[in-house]
Amino acid sequence: MVHIPILRAGKPYESIEKVEIVHHATGDPVAAVSQANSGMLSRDIGRMDDTVLERFTVGELIEVCKKAAILFTAATLPVGDESQSFDDYITQLSATTGMPITYCRHNASKIQRAMGEVDIILRGLTRGFDLSILDVGHGSHAGGHLSFSRVGRIFGAVLPSNSPGVHSLWIPTVALKTPIVLKPGREEPWSPLRIIESLCAAGMPREAFGFYPTDHAGAAELLRCVDRAMLFGGGATTRPWQDDPHVEIHGPGYSKVLLGDDCADNWEQHVDMMVASISANGGRSCINASAIWTPRHGRKIAEAIAQQMAKVTALPADDPDAALAAFANPAVAESISASIDHGLRSEGAVDLTQKLRGSPRTATIGRCSYLLPTLIHCADRDHVLANREFLFPYASVVECDCATMPAAIGSSLVVSAITNDQAFIDALMTSPHVDRLNIGAIPTFRISWDQPHEGNLFEHLYRQRAFQIEPAA
Amino acid sequence: MTSAPTKSSTLSQRVVDAKERLDAHTREIVAWHFDPKTGCPFWLDYAKTLGWDPRDKIHGYDDLDLFPPFEDEWLRGGPVRRWIPKAYDGRPVYTFETGGSTGVPKSRINIEDFRIDYELFSETLSDDAFPKGADWLMLGPSGPRRLRLAVEHLCQHRGGICFTVDMDPRWVVKLVKSGRMNLMHEYKNHVIDQGLTLLKAHDNIQCLFTTPKLLESLCEKVSIRRQGIKGVFCGGTQLTAQFHRFAKEELLEGAVDFVPTYGNTLMGLACHKPFDPADNYSVIYYPPNPRASTEVVDPEDSKRVVEYGEVGRARLTTLTKEFFMPRFLERDEGVRHPPCEAYPWDGIGDVRPFSGFATPIVEGVY
Repeated sequence: MVHIPILRAGKPYESIEKVEIVHHATGDPVAAVSQANSGMLSRDIGRMDDTVLERFTVGELIEVCKKAAILFTAATLPVGDESQSFDDYITQLSATTGMPITYCRHNASKIQRAMGEVDIILRGLTRGFDLSILDVGHGSHAGGHLSFSRVGRIFGAVLPSNSPGVHSLWIPTVALKTPIVLKPGREEPWSPLRIIESLCAAGMPREAFGFYPTDHAGAAELLRCVDRAMLFGGGATTRPWQDDPHVEIHGPGYSKVLLGDDCADNWEQHVDMMVASISANGGRSCINASAIWTPRHGRKIAEAIAQQMAKVTALPADDPDAALAAFANPAVAESISASIDHGLRSEGAVDLTQKLRGSPRTATIGRCSYLLPTLIHCADRDHVLANREFLFPYASVVECDCATMPAAIGSSLVVSAITNDQAFIDALMTSPHVDRLNIGAIPTFRISWDQPHEGNLFEHLYRQRAFQIEPAA
Repeated sequence: MTSAPTKSSTLSQRVVDAKERLDAHTREIVAWHFDPKTGCPFWLDYAKTLGWDPRDKIHGYDDLDLFPPFEDEWLRGGPVRRWIPKAYDGRPVYTFETGGSTGVPKSRINIEDFRIDYELFSETLSDDAFPKGADWLMLGPSGPRRLRLAVEHLCQHRGGICFTVDMDPRWVVKLVKSGRMNLMHEYKNHVIDQGLTLLKAHDNIQCLFTTPKLLESLCEKVSIRRQGIKGVFCGGTQLTAQFHRFAKEELLEGAVDFVPTYGNTLMGLACHKPFDPADNYSVIYYPPNPRASTEVVDPEDSKRVVEYGEVGRARLTTLTKEFFMPRFLERDEGVRHPPCEAYPWDGIGDVRPFSGFATPIVEGVY
């Protein structure tokens, strides 16, 4: 069995306490993960050298990231005392998360692109100023003078297990000269560790990295001790940190596809895009659509989407056609399904996929459970199931007039609005609910590196300051 | 503790001897508490509901299973005098509390027990790490807790003077339960700052009592080795093997003695098995037999002691002339350990909050 160590300033450490993570299908142990006690986090973070990456220019760090991108998918890298090829990584990732192999590869390529194209990401984050300004501390840009100071001396992230693609969000931190401390998701230590090892193999100093599998208390200690942080998780996890400006929250997305008045009658052209927005990546991301809002034809749209979603079946993770992630713990799947059934008891909602399938929402292969794609038609946008998000392909379809829609959708990480109606677009542009706005039939999961969402990592780590310079006499 | 091991006898013989001593002690304590001339009103009244006289039926420790489990609800609320043995009429009485973050705390009366328990514990401490005549800092829960006075008595018993701070764990629990973690850390820093001030101002403070969390926080700010601390007595909340190692190797820099303990107001103080690398930092506690006993029992059948190495719920029994508490199911679970050279009776290791409760216990916070 593989041992996954803690990395303390880059040095592997084997804890007395370990958590065993198992293969989702067989139950066989895959890895023993060393667990950090919370005091270790505060002690180590307090002792980290926050200037360790200052000796590199941003340009040099970008080159290291690009080299690491190649190593991430090509090299054999250490995991504790053992070696891990890229294929080993994919196999282990799928084994403990239940995610189909094809999705694991897709997410890995997203991580690779985030490292390989970190210069493009930084351009998006900094809106294109000359990055050598960060090396010197100040410099000219667009006829003015800019100066920045790094307030994120140590950056921390409490990471999820649901989708490895999210790691692309924190990778630019190291190119911005900021050492990082990571708390991986329980079932997904693989990706953050491999990213760290590929960056170190490419030339980053190991002291710039902390990797601490730990419990909730350890996660809270991490968030308390670092200067700036990212926190991934559901409402209960993120709520205590909601008002803390040092912590950037990545919670549920409640992403949506909206049909404008002008395009609603052409809804049939967009069914594939809507299904893909709901179902891509196993429906596990916050950028998956969890609701379709339309001014009319709601029931017809819902039926058409449900027709496609109901065709998806549970397949083993190594099947090339697998489109759903397994729940290693059947109780989790059952609990989610029960929560939907509870919502269906309130009048005005119907599970169209279940009707079409003629079978329950949960399926079982061996010891694991699957939640089959679920499309709910809600007669009322205030129905309890109209604005929910779950860890599988799930969406509701609701009707709402376009004049009300921008105010009524509520907090939405991604909105893809299919419309050419300028008044509707203008209303969405000014809506405080929309984080990432796509105009057109753009799937909600399609992101571009130069368009950051859920906060700007550069602005999280750096503060612009007023600066004047005059040669001393 | 009370049964100092004699090197001449084998461990198995000493296990037998200890059990005989426990049986004899049980008979003595039961006779005391159920005799109208010496017993307390609570047990004398209780005996009337049993339909049998404990003095006739309890011939040894195992017979205490005839009693139903001790209910901690009996300790909540008054009259607290119903717990005072008649033999101690007129003596000064303390009442110590446990719990009470919400609702009525549990109260246990004390006359001399806390002093006796800690004097016995004192015999297990090394004079190098806890020098006689050295002063102590008590950086832990204060107020109505037995620990506060007990540590001070331990210090005085060893010839020292004890410095203390105020610390209210009920307020900490409230802050944690309501999610006000920033306030909790502010309060913790307030406690630590007071401790640091005392440490820096009094050169003869060489011994420390504190809790795991406060030890971590203190060591974030200062090297307690360089502050002159030679021994740390630690307890109050869960203490894992990894924390034990972290404390010894890092917080205490491998140079300060670390003595973990397990106990509460109801039972007294269990000692840690002397450090043995073979235990891989497992924290294994042995109760102060025969004054108190700790067993590891099946959560589904609290009369069945689990096998060695198995996990079960902690069951406590207190057998002193001041307090009789048979078969109390504690809120902890742990692993049953066999007798060892220092303590020829069962121990309990890797103690943590009992996982069978529907609502998780808030602990480990101070």
